[in-house]
Amino acid sequence: MKLVLRNITKRFGSLVANDSISLEVSPGEVHCLLGENGAGKSTLMNVLYGLYQADEGEIVLDDQVQHFTGPGDAMAAGIGMVHQHFMLIPVFTVAENVMLGNESTGVAGTLDVAAARERVNEISERFGFHVDPDALVEELPVGVQQRVEIIKALSRDAQVLVFDEPTAVLTPQETDELMQIMRQLKEAGKAIVFITHKLREVREVADKITVIRLGKVVGEAKPTATNAELASLMVGRPVELVVHKDEPQLGDDALVVQDLRVRDALGRVHLDGITFTIRAGEVLCVAGVQGNGQTELTEAILGLQEHVEGSVTLDGKQLVGRSVRQVLDAGVGFVPEDRQEDGLVGGFSIAENLMLNRSFRSPFVRRGSLRRDALEEFAEQKLKEYDVRAPDIHTHADKLSGGNQQKVVVARELSRDLRLLVAAQPTRGVDVGSIEFIHKQVIATRDRGIPVLVVSTELDEVVALADRIMVLYRGQVIGIVPGDTPRETLGLMMTGERPKDMIA
Amino acid sequence: MSGTDDNTPTEAEKLGGSGPTTTEAPEPTTPESAGPSRSHSMLREIASGNALAGVLAVVLAVAVGSLMIALTDERVRETTSYVFARPGDFFQATWDAIWGAYTALFRGAVYNDRVDDFATQIRPLTETLKFAAPLIAAGLGVGLAFRAGMFNIGGRGQMLLAGAASGWVAANVELPTALHLPLAIVAGMVAGALWAGIAGVLKARTGAHEVIVTIMLNYVGFYLVFFMLSRQELLQAPGSGNPKSAPALETAVLPKILGERFNLHLGFLLALVAVAVVWWLLGRSTLGYRIRAVGENPSAARASGIDVGRTYVVVMLIAGALVGLAGANQVLGTVTSGVTVDLDAGIGFDAITVALLGRSRPLGILGAGLLFGAFKAGGFSMQASEGIPVDIVLVVQSLIVLFIAAPPLVRAIFRLPAKEAK
Repeated sequence: MKLVLRNITKRFGSLVANDSISLEVSPGEVHCLLGENGAGKSTLMNVLYGLYQADEGEIVLDDQVQHFTGPGDAMAAGIGMVHQHFMLIPVFTVAENVMLGNESTGVAGTLDVAAARERVNEISERFGFHVDPDALVEELPVGVQQRVEIIKALSRDAQVLVFDEPTAVLTPQETDELMQIMRQLKEAGKAIVFITHKLREVREVADKITVIRLGKVVGEAKPTATNAELASLMVGRPVELVVHKDEPQLGDDALVVQDLRVRDALGRVHLDGITFTIRAGEVLCVAGVQGNGQTELTEAILGLQEHVEGSVTLDGKQLVGRSVRQVLDAGVGFVPEDRQEDGLVGGFSIAENLMLNRSFRSPFVRRGSLRRDALEEFAEQKLKEYDVRAPDIHTHADKLSGGNQQKVVVARELSRDLRLLVAAQPTRGVDVGSIEFIHKQVIATRDRGIPVLVVSTELDEVVALADRIMVLYRGQVIGIVPGDTPRETLGLMMTGERPKDMIA
Repeated sequence: MSGTDDNTPTEAEKLGGSGPTTTEAPEPTTPESAGPSRSHSMLREIASGNALAGVLAVVLAVAVGSLMIALTDERVRETTSYVFARPGDFFQATWDAIWGAYTALFRGAVYNDRVDDFATQIRPLTETLKFAAPLIAAGLGVGLAFRAGMFNIGGRGQMLLAGAASGWVAANVELPTALHLPLAIVAGMVAGALWAGIAGVLKARTGAHEVIVTIMLNYVGFYLVFFMLSRQELLQAPGSGNPKSAPALETAVLPKILGERFNLHLGFLLALVAVAVVWWLLGRSTLGYRIRAVGENPSAARASGIDVGRTYVVVMLIAGALVGLAGANQVLGTVTSGVTVDLDAGIGFDAITVALLGRSRPLGILGAGLLFGAFKAGGFSMQASEGIPVDIVLVVQSLIVLFIAAPPLVRAIFRLPAKEAK
């Protein structure tokens, strides 16, 4: 089925979210919609899916003009959507989720689960999904849950499949598997719209690329375009994808971690005796597949983990056994991996968020009361310095895009007197322009002689920032290698294979 | 999704106008994105909903209340039997019943135009203020806990313990007024704080849910005070056989602030002071900042070095002290003849409504407390002059809660846009 969007315009009040956007997707083709957060990609797809009505323009499927008033119409017409946030019911089985909204019933209104189960098996086998129809969705890994979403769309004979930022929640392996699935679907003659802002994925899988910026189509590109070309189209100016950094000016050993063990409340071991050192003025990147102890490592340093053994010293001071506040006061800056959960208070203004870890003493506190004038002055200054795009300092943090939220967190952490910076997934869910900015800040911090620990599951980021790379696998250090170690070697290490030359 | 939602931009989209890359692309308004703690965020939305929703809830409740008044009115029922023959009678009767009821409520709560002497005319207003005082104080206690993400359902128990402590000091300690009265008030506040603090400590240390703990502490508190009131060696008035304590000594009674002709006592001014203190605490102090941070996002607070458990304890202590002030107000001002287990007079629970209606904000709670005080004062006169059961007022109060708890319903009725920024 061929999908054509013709001059779609969608306005919200005075804001034009989509300005006369046209798009053509043919069967057996992956069409990438590339753009930064807020460029209007999701609005366009919501128009296509019937969630919004376009103010102008039309949706055409196989030469038939469509008028969708809701997702039901779109589904019936053969459009399937895989949302970024899964629309699944966790306590239902896969089969129950797949049949939801499209239940076939037997005599006396009983659910025909058997038929749904069969349908799941059939689709699952055809595309090699390996999904058990009787598994509870909440017990499945994220990548498999996403496949359930795909099965759900396919079970309704969707001919056009829309993937809305599908890789944001996936590990690198799961991402590779998804790419494979997309190729299979393409070969099966489906038309695929793939929305993303990650350049590497686009080049890997796309047949056509349309770049959207500020609600307009700003260009089309071939998959052979370079990352730099795509990025500058997206951002509207040349972007440096490679972080320029000089040789590190190494100082003394600053952060010394010895035989660190972390268990959870159930006694499971997450970190199994790891030892490493970061010198002043050095970036150590922790690489590894998500869930191999990285989260526990950063939380143990911060004092957020309960059952910690071993030793973590910063400039000779012991951090294990200290409260979070004492650790922060020792000069540790922390960019948590989940900024919405641990980094920001969504209902607080930008200004209030900027003093979140400084509510006990000056400069924003005088005798138990807030110094609002000092805080506001500080916030105005940081807003400019860190290029946070927001109407003003009173904007609530949850109204900001991911990149701007992260800039607020980074601004807060870097504006204290630091002796160590711990940054976990500093650019997850952040647009290209902000990634560039945040990476520069990390390197600038290093160059001020501060030791930096970066945890990232993105190899690109690890390679871009690291002076040395430590690979974690199942709670153990597989090796610490130089920053210029080839990706293939790192990839092997991430699967648990020890390199011959272990210490860098 | 209803037709009206489709064209309504979210706040994010509006903000986008001033900086196009600022905001996320508009997402469909699906509740799924709310995350795992949906019940928690729902309760928070109810506790901190916008002011307009509160006003509209009151309007709706009054409207439904009118219906009830009409339905229960005898003349309306008579005229209904011949409504088609003489519809005028029916509408006249309905109007009379509703108008009569609400004007009686007004006369009982604010200003009585049926008497000549000015003092008597404004007496109802002073009664309203008297009834409002404990509702405001206790409402602040509930609202403050809301702001830290805690649901203090234990107002009743906290008031009883506070009343018992204040009552004991009032009846058994002999001191000059300048010392006795403050001591009695502080005793009540401390007792309330400690009783509420139990829930705070249990939550901080063991994770016990404060809703269950505070509800159960209501029962424990009730029977504990009842027990003490039944023992000569504890609280019971000497020589008495009733579960009641001795009356407060003169030196511990809250003075009447408008002279002996009015019942309004110092408790109302204390409630106003409490409003000011809580306003400063929440908006201007670092402790209040931490309380709000913990209430909005405990994990971010924790990762920023704020001791979440300790904050829970501190909040419950302050909340209990505020509810305790309401208990002291009752024992030392409103009913000084001795402590009984009825002293809370439903205020412990009404305080939850007041906090909800006031959106857990000090000035909102002040307004809601005044409104509920007016309902209390006016309800009696409505019953006396119009023969309308006082229960109608209770129904209206309950309907307010119901409408506040159902924002989509209110939005649908008034065709308001879907929830935007808080």
